[in-house]
Amino acid sequence: MKNEMKLEFDSISANEAFARVTVAAFMAQMNPSMEEVADVKTAVSEAVTNAIIHGYQGEIHKITISGRIEEQQLQLEIADQGVGIQDIKKAMEPLYTSRPELERSGMGFLFMEAFMDEIQVSSKPGEGTVVVMKKMIGQHGA
Amino acid sequence: MSKNLEMQTEQKIIGNTLWIKVPQELDHHSADQICREADRLVRERDIGEITFDFSDTVFCDSSGIGMLMGRYKMMKALGGTVRAVQVGERVGKILMLSGIRKIIQVEQKAGGKTE
Repeated sequence: MKNEMKLEFDSISANEAFARVTVAAFMAQMNPSMEEVADVKTAVSEAVTNAIIHGYQGEIHKITISGRIEEQQLQLEIADQGVGIQDIKKAMEPLYTSRPELERSGMGFLFMEAFMDEIQVSSKPGEGTVVVMKKMIGQHGA
Repeated sequence: MSKNLEMQTEQKIIGNTLWIKVPQELDHHSADQICREADRLVRERDIGEITFDFSDTVFCDSSGIGMLMGRYKMMKALGGTVRAVQVGERVGKILMLSGIRKIIQVEQKAGGKTE
């Protein structure tokens, strides 16, 4: 099975729910377990929230999610054209947050890593950030 | 933009406890609304404890953790406490992973395997 989708939406916080519910609907054809759906929803929510808060710093611009299903693998690419990340390694450290005044827990990347099989972050200051996440779905047996 | 973005979160003050019903989905969007409202009430009223009731909550991400940590710090500074009650399986997993159980009292939903 192969399937692709692309979603583009404004970086407003109400769209966090829209994004994760849409991705959950897209992956439904993979016959995921409830837990797999919840894991992916959490990871999507983290990446989209990062784009809104950190990438665009509250300004309203576009976020895109490209989804791809290939056999049992789900791949999601979440991209913004925001400020980018200076030091990706540091940004991914648990409990690190660039915005402590916003009461961020610093656990966004930790949750993405915990709930997906693989995550890659690429970013250029001033150009934006792309997060690619992969997860094998439906391995829980027929 | 308009009024319909206002919170649908229920809250009440019982004695000196601020009880907040957490919505079904706790993310950056809903957490922000809850924080604003909770902080206002803590400023205006004599609150010694905030109880977050998770009985309806089936989704929580790191913004929910940020909300709890922030309220914990605020209440600790005032000599008060924060509790999370009626926590279901999924939220329980997120709270466990975050390590927040070390600083905040978490009570699981009775019966365990619901939702």
